[in-house]
This record gives sequence, C-alpha cells and structure tokens, in this order.
Amino acid sequence: MREKAINLSVRLPASGGGLSLKNPIITASGTYGYGLEFAPYGDLTSLGGIVVKGLSLKPRQGNPMPRVAETASGMLNAVGLQNCGVEVFLKEKLPLLPWKKLPVIANLYATAASEYAELTSLLTREPGIAAVEVNISCPNVKAGGVLFGQDPRLAAQVATAVKKNAHGKPVILKLSPNVTDITLIARACEDGGADAISCINTLQGMAVDIRTRKSRVANIIAGLSGPAIKPVALRCVWQVAKAVSVPVIGIGGITTAEDILEFIMVGASAVEIGTANFLQPDHAFRLARELPVLMRSLGIDSIDTFRGSFEA
Amino acid sequence: MPTPLCREVAVISLTSNAALELQGGGLFSLLLENPGWDTWRPGQFVMLRRKTPRADCLWARPFSICDLNGDGLHIVFQALGRETAEFARLAPGEKLTVWGPLGNGFSLEKSRPTLLLAGGIGLAPFVGYIRSHPAPERLSLNFGHRLPLECYPFAACSSGHCSSIRATSYLERCAEDLQEFICILERDIRANAAEKGLILACGPMPFLRTVHAFSRQYGARTELSLETRMACGVGACLGCVVKGRKSDEKHTGGTADTDFGWVQTCSCGPVFRAEDLDLEAS
Repeated sequence: MREKAINLSVRLPASGGGLSLKNPIITASGTYGYGLEFAPYGDLTSLGGIVVKGLSLKPRQGNPMPRVAETASGMLNAVGLQNCGVEVFLKEKLPLLPWKKLPVIANLYATAASEYAELTSLLTREPGIAAVEVNISCPNVKAGGVLFGQDPRLAAQVATAVKKNAHGKPVILKLSPNVTDITLIARACEDGGADAISCINTLQGMAVDIRTRKSRVANIIAGLSGPAIKPVALRCVWQVAKAVSVPVIGIGGITTAEDILEFIMVGASAVEIGTANFLQPDHAFRLARELPVLMRSLGIDSIDTFRGSFEA
Repeated sequence: MPTPLCREVAVISLTSNAALELQGGGLFSLLLENPGWDTWRPGQFVMLRRKTPRADCLWARPFSICDLNGDGLHIVFQALGRETAEFARLAPGEKLTVWGPLGNGFSLEKSRPTLLLAGGIGLAPFVGYIRSHPAPERLSLNFGHRLPLECYPFAACSSGHCSSIRATSYLERCAEDLQEFICILERDIRANAAEKGLILACGPMPFLRTVHAFSRQYGARTELSLETRMACGVGACLGCVVKGRKSDEKHTGGTADTDFGWVQTCSCGPVFRAEDLDLEAS
C-alpha cells in the first residue's frame, strides 16, 4: 500500500487573494542575499518562499566594519541594511530568480510611512514579487526601523500605508522583540491592515573585547540571532498567534526540522530560516527534505492539522 | 568559474608542521578528500565546518586552497582561534562540511614576469599557483615569515616542477628584519612595475597595506588576496566587506572614488586589483 502523502502546503490568506506556499520553509531576510547566492547549492523552488535582503528606495552602504561577531549559540550583526536599492534589485536580481515557481517576498525598509508606501508600490506592481515583508524592527539603523515597531500607533500607520499600495498582495509586518508587549504591536498591525505578522527580528545585544577594550562590532549595539534566541522567539510567536487572527510567521533561531514543528505547534503558519543559512549554504534545502520525513515519523499528516496543537 | 559544491568529506591526514609548541599558534597541514571538484583556480578558498563545532563557533571557517591534486584537497592553517584550535585535533576519518571552490582566484599570465609576495600563512595559495603555472621560470617569490621556515610549505614552492622559480625567504626576528623586508618589497615592486609584470600578494593586513601602497606609488599591476572574518562565504551575510569595487564592474558616472563601496571579500574577492581597493578605509 502506498504511504499517505504528507501535506506540507501552507496558505497565507490575505484580503487581495493571499499566497500559497508548497511548504512552510521560507528563508529570512538578511541571511539569504537575493537568493541567487544559494542557487548553486540546491533547488530554490524546493523552498516555500524566500525573503530577499531588506530593500530601500536608494542603495544603502550600511555600517562600518566589523559588522558581525560570534556569540554563544548565536551571532551579533550590525550590517545596517546595506542593499543595492529597489531599482537595481528589480532590474538585475529579480529577473534571475525563478519567481514563477517560487514566492519571492520583498523585505523593505524606510524612514517614513510615505516612503514605505512608495517602496511597496514599486515592488508589488512587479509580477515577480509575491508579497512584501515590512521591516519595522531593524535595531541597527539610526532612523526609522525599530522606531516604527516600538510604537503601536506608528506600526499601524505603516501597515495601513503599505496595504493601500500593495496592489492586493499580502503585506507582512516583521516585529521586534525589543518591546514591552509584542502583542500590542501585533494587534495594531492587524488593525492597520497587515495580512500577516512575522516575528521576531533580532534581540539587541553587545559583545566587547577585554584585551582591546573595544566593541567587537563597530556599531556597538547589534542584533542577536541564532539558536540562542529560539526560546524568546517561540514565546513571542505563541503570544502573538493567540492575540491576532491573521497568520503568524515564526522567526528566530530555527535550525532543525524539529524547531520548525515547534513553531507550527504553538501557532505559526510558516517559519523563516535565518542564521541557520550560515551553517552551510544548503541548510534550507536540507530542511525542506527532512521536514516530511520527520512528520511521517511522528504521524503528522499535514502542517494545517498540526498547527496550534500545543496543549498549554 | 567552477560551480561551487557543498559536500561532507573525510579528513585523510592532519600533520603538525612544527614539533615544538610555537608562540602564536602552530601551523598544520590538513589533507581532505577531494570534495568532487573537477576544477578550481589558485587563490580561491573553501569554507570548512566541523560536524559539531563549539557552541560559540557557529560559522564555518574560510581557508585558502593550498592545492588540489590526486591525493586530495590540501589546506594549511594556523591554530590561532577557538575553532582552529579544534581543527588542530582533527582525526583521520572525521567528517567536515566543505563548500567551495569559492571566490575569484589570481590571474595567470604565462608570458609576464610574475612576482609573488607572501607573508606568513599567506604562502598557502601560492603552492597550487606555482605548481600549476605553465611557465614557472617567469615566477619569483618573496616570502616573509616569523616562525621557522620548515613550518611553512616553502619547500613545495621551490622544488620539482617549481625549481626554476626564484624563491627567497626572509625571517623576521626584529624590527630591523622587517625594515629590510619592506625595502626588498619596494625594490621588487618597482622593478616589476617597470617590466609591466604582474604582482600577486597574500598575507596579513599590515603586509598587504605595504604592498598596496608601493603598488599604487609605482603603478604596478598588483592583485591582493584578502582575509576577513566570514559567516557564510557565499555573499549573503555582508560581514566580510571591504572598501572597494568589483574588478569586472563597469564604472559609469562620477569619479573612481565614488564607485567605491562595501563589497564582499568572499564573492567579489578574495583577490582584488590594487586599484579596486581602499585598504585605509577597510
């Protein structure tokens, strides 16, 4: 008898039609370049989707060096959103991606609600862009970024401005854990028109060197990611999933297929793989192969039936 | 450029290049199974990751490719940090995750006099370069080092096929030795520039800054291989950037200086032309 097929597909409903993913594995912004960097190591279309490096209206140079440091079970980064700008991305990068078979989600960063709106409009009118993820949580830039993610009123304004300009495509708001109550921000984003919430961005941290008496990252304050932050992310996803009715995408230290199911179990619709992409360049492709094997061994038929099965 | 692969390969052997405990970390020769590469270019590098790295060493480590031959993939490394100290204890048969060959590699111009400048462990990529060069009599090598010469693969650079190259080593024991080496670098860079030759350099940053400055001063055609901290090795993390520009980039609009930006050492380098780098800002 043939074994019953495992259903990995995930649906992110949205007011304009929503998005279907073949599996819940998405690569996280800032850890997967523009996707093309990883094409030699596997089939990009085997992933549920990719979120490309955070884009701004104009190219950004980013922060001085050093920008990254290893820490216990994690890493710090203060890259400062270095990116080629929306124009170069649309002209030189997007056409090379297999976007007809792979949902390409554009992550975007701006310093004002109007700028978020303009950027959204430029990106979502392209057939190659499936959705946008709005970064209101970058801890490594001076203007904008996390400021929008720490104030429910501003977060809602950004959500509304982006949704209005998204040509009916799903709008995901990416939240920071560096807040008193993440559910307040999540609810504000939902009320503002967000179709989904992704969380968490990095935790603010520092690393110093007692020999040189200097910071190990030039920006001094940097964002912590990797397995070290997974328990924080799991807590945030669980809280947010209970607080909102839109889908939640879990991010934060997710490294193994077990990790993915943990996030789905506490309510995530899908997950983003971030720092784990640095462990080896085929890591996300391996997870896409390992997830159905793990589900079969646990007797889980589908992501949808397993979602939210956590018994609190 | 060859397409890189990510593979698990076994350690064939690990040998310490010095019997005594050396100040500043010992040097080791690591031989790995060929990760299935057909081709590679000297100057390219690999990322190596142990199966269970230390908890505070999340990333793989970048290493110059010393050589690839019938025996396997040769790496020479210095055990200076937390994770390379663990590499120094690898046992035959142990598996490593390897991805590569990465980066661009050095130019090869068989009809031009080519000056190779190496500092310390920066000698590694020149082993394969010299071994695979079609006209080794066109090559000369200046090698500056601090540890005993037998710690480094210097003999492999000047024997057999390579015996026709002019290879000279300079041991640095004191400040005067360093000054003398700098004078020799200046003399040979100036002479190579006058002959319209090619200069390739690899070594620590102060050494590269010196080579870079003389190359700009005398208008030499110099390529420098940089070493930076890397998380991914494939161009995604933006943690290994230097102030420069891609060699193949079409520079349009503005002056040369405004074309300079942060570019990845891993995917735009590790080898850069001197005129494409601003090492003072990096």
